[in-house]
Amino acid sequence: MVISRMMISHRVAATIRRTLIQAVPTLCAVIIIDFFLLKLAPGDAADAFAAEAGSATAETMTALRVHFGLDQPLLVQFVAYIDNLLHMSLGFSPLYGMPVSQLIAERLPGSLELMATALVFALVIGIAIGVLMASFAGGPMDRVLSIVTLLFYSVPGFWVGLMLIVAFSVRLGWLPSGGFETIGGGLTGWAAFVDRVRHLVLPATSLALFFVAIYARLVRASMLEVRDQDYVRTASAKGLSRRAITLRHMLWNAVIPLTTVAGMHVGAILGGAVVVETVFSWPGLGRLAFEAMLKRDFSVLLGILLLSSLIVILVNMLVDLLQAWLDPRIELR
Amino acid sequence: MPGRATTLGNIVRNPTAVAGAAILAVVILSALLAPVLFPGDPLDIVTQPFLPPFANREYILGSDSLGRDVLAGIVHGARVSVLVGLASTAIGLLIGTAIGATAGYVGGRVDDALVRLTEIFQAFPPFLLVIVLVSIAEPSVATITMAIGTVSWTTIARIVRAEFRSMKRREFVVAAECLGYGNLRIIIHEILPNTLPPVIVTTSVMVASAILTESALAFLGLGDPNLVSWGSMIGSGRDQLRTAAYLVELPGTALVLSVLALNLLGDGLNDALNPRSRKR
Repeated sequence: MVISRMMISHRVAATIRRTLIQAVPTLCAVIIIDFFLLKLAPGDAADAFAAEAGSATAETMTALRVHFGLDQPLLVQFVAYIDNLLHMSLGFSPLYGMPVSQLIAERLPGSLELMATALVFALVIGIAIGVLMASFAGGPMDRVLSIVTLLFYSVPGFWVGLMLIVAFSVRLGWLPSGGFETIGGGLTGWAAFVDRVRHLVLPATSLALFFVAIYARLVRASMLEVRDQDYVRTASAKGLSRRAITLRHMLWNAVIPLTTVAGMHVGAILGGAVVVETVFSWPGLGRLAFEAMLKRDFSVLLGILLLSSLIVILVNMLVDLLQAWLDPRIELR
Repeated sequence: MPGRATTLGNIVRNPTAVAGAAILAVVILSALLAPVLFPGDPLDIVTQPFLPPFANREYILGSDSLGRDVLAGIVHGARVSVLVGLASTAIGLLIGTAIGATAGYVGGRVDDALVRLTEIFQAFPPFLLVIVLVSIAEPSVATITMAIGTVSWTTIARIVRAEFRSMKRREFVVAAECLGYGNLRIIIHEILPNTLPPVIVTTSVMVASAILTESALAFLGLGDPNLVSWGSMIGSGRDQLRTAAYLVELPGTALVLSVLALNLLGDGLNDALNPRSRKR
């Protein structure tokens, strides 16, 4: 027992080393690409500032460029950008009149709340549907559910969101059509919590449906893959109930691919959040990205892009660690 | 060609794949025939605003807040979806196959470098990167297509690389090497045709996801401003969601049906081309 625990911790340490070796150069490349995208963007911070102010003379534009260091050679600007990043600064947004990092910090919790809820929802419903499909594989239930999941897979999040608003807000009047909480409701305690949950249901559902489909199909395939294998037959021969075999032995086979796929789709969830947050006026990073795009505030847009890549890299490191811990057979590359 | 006949037979016998192919045929026909069926710019105002669907014989699906024909918009919208879906997938296939084939065939350091490159691209959330690329380059069908192609090649690269790695040492490749065939000839004529089944299956999913991405861009107002697209129709109908939900429902239905058709076809192709993964 002690030895196996030591081996696990050794494996986890080795995994951390390996993923760090891979993640750090990836992150550096992402930063370089982001910097040059920022330079490719039409206009610079001085232009944005002048546009926001309404008018500016050539002298004030020059002064602004000197102030932001935009008159420097590209390499100097790049070093300044890296220096800024090391100081947790993503630049300044002329549009919002505050540092980009502060702006992002304000909006990040809203996005994380929405994405985490959607992910948990997608995992729970997706696994449930997948187990049902695998248990009745080939039967009418399996066929109907596989068409339903394919439909979930085909529907764009923004359209689901609008349709849910039509059904549950406009026609039935059960749930709010947008926002984060009832403004000026003065709610506290339990009532405030219920209010928040009511605002969360529709956007989280819109964001989750696509992933419900992916997880359901994955769980079904992973479970069927092991259905005829010896250890499942042994479990059945030693008199375990069908339910115990399904849940303990067959479903377990789906855990590793589920974590892999969930990690792979972090980026997709972030992208989906941009659209869903716009539909539901949800105060998160996605809507911030959209507003920044409309007003062509590229410093904000690229700050969000950089942060998102960082989240993707971090989550995939966590997935690697989780898998090294879950399955000792996974090879250390 | 008994192999090919069985593959085709498997697809034809699969009712959902046939349904998918039928819907797709309608979408492609609308895209091709739009200028004949609805001559003139679908963005032109032709009648009174907010004509409800099925109320007027001339404008069967009604009109929007400006009095534009909804049916004409949906039929013309198919053009953007089909064009962007196919063209961006072609770009993705081209980049992905080139990178995957080189990495898998050459191996060694080149492989390491290309795998790293793929990982870097996968670290960007695809939709956010598309938004940034399109808003930097100004939205048009060409820039949208390029942007979607740029973010969608990684899956193909991984698949093609894996196939090449497993086939590099097979007898038929070694035989071709012994015959003195050049690398390019071996890659294109010998190995590439054998990687087609998994690539074909992924292609239908790529077209579907490109159509979804284009619609989301257009919905956000980042579509080609001179062309009508299902996403832009939904985006402009959104303001009348409470009074005229059909402006969102109708183009959305066209969008969902097209994407569903591609996914149905993809499933059918998967069952036909990879018999081992067929539903048991």
